[in-house]
Amino acid sequence: MDAKDLDRTLDRMARQIVELIEPDQDPARQFGLIGMQTRGMYLARRLKSKIKKVEDLEIPFGVLDATMYRDDFRLRLKQPVVRATDIPFDITERHLVLVDDVLYTGRTIRSALDALMDIGRPGAVHCLVIVDRGLRELPICADIIGRQVPTLPGEEVRVRVNEIDDREGVWLVEHSQPSINS
Amino acid sequence: MAGYTEEKVAKEELTSLRHQHLLGLATYGADEIELILDTARQFRSVLERPIRRVPTLRGITVVNLFFESSTRTRISFELAEKRLSADTINFSASGSSVSKGETLKDTARNIEAMKIDMVVIRHKSPGAPHFLTRCVDAVVINAGDGAHEHPTQALLDMLTISDRFETFAGLNVSIIGDISHSRVARSNIYALRALGANVTLCGPRTMMPVEIEKMGARVTHRLDEALEGCDVAMALRIQMERQEARLFPSLREYHERFGIKMEHLERYSDLLIMHPGPVNRGVELASEVVDHERAVILNQVTNGIAVRMAVLFLLAGSRGEITDDD
Repeated sequence: MDAKDLDRTLDRMARQIVELIEPDQDPARQFGLIGMQTRGMYLARRLKSKIKKVEDLEIPFGVLDATMYRDDFRLRLKQPVVRATDIPFDITERHLVLVDDVLYTGRTIRSALDALMDIGRPGAVHCLVIVDRGLRELPICADIIGRQVPTLPGEEVRVRVNEIDDREGVWLVEHSQPSINS
Repeated sequence: MAGYTEEKVAKEELTSLRHQHLLGLATYGADEIELILDTARQFRSVLERPIRRVPTLRGITVVNLFFESSTRTRISFELAEKRLSADTINFSASGSSVSKGETLKDTARNIEAMKIDMVVIRHKSPGAPHFLTRCVDAVVINAGDGAHEHPTQALLDMLTISDRFETFAGLNVSIIGDISHSRVARSNIYALRALGANVTLCGPRTMMPVEIEKMGARVTHRLDEALEGCDVAMALRIQMERQEARLFPSLREYHERFGIKMEHLERYSDLLIMHPGPVNRGVELASEVVDHERAVILNQVTNGIAVRMAVLFLLAGSRGEITDDD
């Protein structure tokens, strides 16, 4: 997926998010976008501005870092960096769309759900990912999916965004090979 | 192909500590201190939520070994451990096997046999935490060893300063009081120098170690000289037993010459006041100074929990990888 494909996918997903808003809901008070650190945050921000542009709806936006809730703390060799969680609204009773780049084992979403529950009690949580690469280890699924890409365990899906990567798009790479060929 | 972004990111940003233990700040680099402070800021936001607890250290057992009495440091560590969901055991010298004559090494080995992951130690002998790293496999965190170091105190001081100032570079910090007997002063000098601040030490000649300038600090024996152009003044606690040792004539005289009073706050209108606690009101600081809005003593206490959570988190992650040092 190149930058153009990614942009088209985000356009479509923005409309799908709007479809989730019920007619009697006030999005400013009852809806919210939560971007997962790091790339989910940039993707969620783009979705927010697309919704603003096309539908003229202002959707509250927050950032979540679930590092403190991960279950692989003792298994990892390298410590993940704890990044900011910043949700400037009360999530209780709100319908949230959790935005992440890749859905793989489901463990990140599991830890994100736990983190959200400690912050409040959302009315509903929907999950949006750019790529669902399969190989789930937990019973978790996404509600809005950019593209389904069946992968092998040794492979890696890399979503890259201009804001931090100085290139944009989605690449499927053999593990530990720093290649950008799809 | 070459120069793929991720390698670039990894080089720019330190993601884990190079050390396996926190014995002192003498060997910690500015990037490691910054990592601890950044992590602490995230943990501080946990302390402000309705549920002030995260499951991060679930299954990790921490023992708090306090051979020397301490209230706030022990409580602060204990709270930090509980907020991270670690299992904690408290051990204090009084009412334990130490009062029955057990050596530090034997105590440590007994703890080791009980499968402990991390040890927080306070001891009256400098170097006790270093010694401990040689007898046990656990991660060791120094909570104060004699007059050597008290690294988590200095880290919480750095966090408190960074809340008020954009950068440490060129910042003027004065440490006032009993420098000779102060592990707080020593750790703070290391941290402040590493981060690029200027340090001035001030106190009676009897409480100033010789050649302390070699640590990169300016020395003065006059309070006004220490406060002139100073951004942050850290007053150190005067331990009452020092008075018996006749290191200064009387508490009143100490307060007259080295105590920070309202007149100083008036004269230096931007001066920020810090103190590691517990404060002797009317000795290091005048009572009105302690309660002044420019005294951030209670912010230091809150930051202490966040910093200790960050240190526990970052060092717990280093377990298993035997890489370096100490």
